[in-house]
Amino acid sequence: MSDTNSLLEARGIGKAFLGITALDSVDFTLERGEIHALLGENGAGKSTLIKILTGVYSRDHGTMHLDGAEVTPSSVAEAQDLGIGTVYQEVNLLENLTVAENLFLGRQPRRFGLIDRREMRRRSKALLERYGLDIDVDALLSSYSVAVRQLVAIARAVDLSGKVLVLDEPTASLDAHEVEMLFAVLRRLRQEGLGIIIITHFLNQVYAVADRVTVLRNGRLVGTRKLAELPRLELISMMLGRELQHITREHQAQEETIASTAEAPIRFSGYGKRGSVAPFDLDIRPGEVVGVAGLLGSGRTETAFLLFGIDRADSGTATVDNQQITLSSPEAAIASGFGFCPEERKTDGIIGDFSVADNIALAVQARQGWAKPISSREKASLAESFIKSLDIRPADANRQMKFLSGGNQQKAILARWLATGPRLLILDEPTRGIDIGAHAEILKMIEKLCADGMSLVVISSELEELTAIAHRVIVLSDRKHIAQLKGDQVTADNIMQAIAAPARTEAA
Amino acid sequence: MIHTRNLPFVTTLGIFVIAYALCVLQFPNMMSTRVIGNLLTDNAFLGIAAVGMTFVILSGGIDLSIGSVIAFTSVFVAVMVGSLGVHPLVAFAAVLVISTLFGSLMGAMIRYLGIPPFVVTLAGMFLARGAAYLISTESVPISHEMIDAIQGFYFRVPGGGRLTALAILMLLVFIVGAFVAARTRFGANVYAIGGSQQSAELMGVPVGSTTVGIYALSGFLSGLAGIAYTLYTSSGYSLATVGVELDAIAAVVIGGTLLTGGVGLVAGTFIGILIQGLIQTYIVFDGTLSSWWTKIVIGILLFVFIVLQRGIIWYSNRRLAEGRLKEI
Repeated sequence: MSDTNSLLEARGIGKAFLGITALDSVDFTLERGEIHALLGENGAGKSTLIKILTGVYSRDHGTMHLDGAEVTPSSVAEAQDLGIGTVYQEVNLLENLTVAENLFLGRQPRRFGLIDRREMRRRSKALLERYGLDIDVDALLSSYSVAVRQLVAIARAVDLSGKVLVLDEPTASLDAHEVEMLFAVLRRLRQEGLGIIIITHFLNQVYAVADRVTVLRNGRLVGTRKLAELPRLELISMMLGRELQHITREHQAQEETIASTAEAPIRFSGYGKRGSVAPFDLDIRPGEVVGVAGLLGSGRTETAFLLFGIDRADSGTATVDNQQITLSSPEAAIASGFGFCPEERKTDGIIGDFSVADNIALAVQARQGWAKPISSREKASLAESFIKSLDIRPADANRQMKFLSGGNQQKAILARWLATGPRLLILDEPTRGIDIGAHAEILKMIEKLCADGMSLVVISSELEELTAIAHRVIVLSDRKHIAQLKGDQVTADNIMQAIAAPARTEAA
Repeated sequence: MIHTRNLPFVTTLGIFVIAYALCVLQFPNMMSTRVIGNLLTDNAFLGIAAVGMTFVILSGGIDLSIGSVIAFTSVFVAVMVGSLGVHPLVAFAAVLVISTLFGSLMGAMIRYLGIPPFVVTLAGMFLARGAAYLISTESVPISHEMIDAIQGFYFRVPGGGRLTALAILMLLVFIVGAFVAARTRFGANVYAIGGSQQSAELMGVPVGSTTVGIYALSGFLSGLAGIAYTLYTSSGYSLATVGVELDAIAAVVIGGTLLTGGVGLVAGTFIGILIQGLIQTYIVFDGTLSSWWTKIVIGILLFVFIVLQRGIIWYSNRRLAEGRLKEI
């Protein structure tokens, strides 16, 4: 508290969930009149830290000072009263209420005990005018665009709290013009002395609007730096937790055997979807592992969703064996011989209450149609063979899936797709949250699969993992495919350089 | 311009006016204040209960215990007054306290144990019905000078109609209910929770106390509806008012309240009650129709309204999308 300019000061913040450490002794200082970016990959602890600062979670360790006084907000309402307001990305306001009702929910002006609607309308108008918004405050919030809603949410939060404003991915669904509008508002609030914490995945925006940045990784503080003195490359290496150094690729020149001149049987050209991923070209050859790298929110998962038909592309074509195909649904993708292991294994991948055998048989069953059920004998033999070949433990086909460890669940999901004999398998973060042993096994399995002629698209935020297994790496940034690295170019350094190269066209 | 939010209400009102006009064309006598007065009296207990149901549904919940609580209340009051000789006012007060506590308890279970309202109030439905049987399985007649006085009380309206004490009570409940919904913080919080409980919580709405308050209110109004029912039938019977909660839900939905919560008006529920009463009255006037036609028409209306609500949501989403395109 020696720093007189500090507004919010958190020291040694720690938090564990069910014995798993989510935040480990993190320091964070927000100054008056600054915009402070909070960065980190998935699981870095950003949202845990924010939730502790805003009273959603209580901290296990550490101290928090606001304006020099120790505070321990135990609810959102209490944090608001203290002066800390939050605007969340999606769930922030109520679409079924009018703009005015949203602005004054819980603190409506009253006359004789009843809500004074006229006064509420007048104050809402006055409040929004300060943000350059001249809209009908009696219209439902749902009749306005996301950008307007975002500004209304900010107006409410600032009016309510007035000291600290926390923005959780405020720009995720805004277009460039709307982002500029938002940033103009933030700069004005900064001048008024507010401390603003902004969480975003867009590095361009961080450099455009923020003064300082704090990077978290795996629940630990990596550092807090002034952005003016921090090269982009260094920021990325802070986020990905790697020093810049030359690692020679251990990977043998195996890619030479995959004749790069050969016609690729699976081709996507000009493939993209507005608001999701900019159009890209991608050729995939048999026995090839294509890595997809990029920071969180760069469009990695969106790319996978397009390839597997979960999202429908609105431009470009997909061809398999020179036949044009339409990937209108996952079903269509499965029919073309594609498979997909999603990132959110627990919610999107497994059916926890089903047995291992049932989970494995799922994709085969989907492929042959629900009218022709697989006999229980077939299912058992299928399960048994994969349990053996992938070494799924415990080797009990009838055990409920939810009782398996993360690594074994991942193997069972792999088995599900392998059982369909796919020609292209898309793996989104295949090694997240699984132990080291299973990690190595899964990597080994990926190598074996491609040796057998299967094509793989592997999305990963672990650069070492990508450089170890991928023959080719596509680099994404700000929802664009910005670079492709081949052969010897595939090094962690090169990937980081590619991510760091600012998209000059929209530099602010 | 009509707000999209109020479109279901306006539609309901339009349907009611048209339906009433058609009825009057066929049976000019249906225009009389006598008919209207009776309609209000006959549906008073249902209307009172439906106001409570409106709040519950606005918050995104459901209360299946209403019919049973009404039956319990009427048996309880009948036995207290008829058999034990307790003063009616004491019995009324006691039963209102019981039903309000019962509602609060269900609200607390929904909120703090995280059990879905459907399940909690289903249990409440069996519990209240069982308690009613426990008190008496017979129909208990009730007679007290004060009750006779209330039953005999009415205002004469021009045209020979009678505005009875029960009708006045229901109208009062609707007026107070409409004010609470539209002009109090509690009302605003109910809409907020119905819109999104998570958002409401993040915006600092006291979700816990509001949820308990909503079901307490519904319990209180069920008790009041039970008293109205006792006055209406001069007896208490534990087998009575089976399925009244479903009639109340129907009135709320026909009145334009979204079953998913967050959108609707107390006034809409009033129109919903009037539409149900109108159908019954028409059947009485016709004389040849089976009373089951009430259910069939209500069923059709419910379908129409649910489809209409989906249509409105779809339409406003599309308009929003178009609006966005124009902005860009």
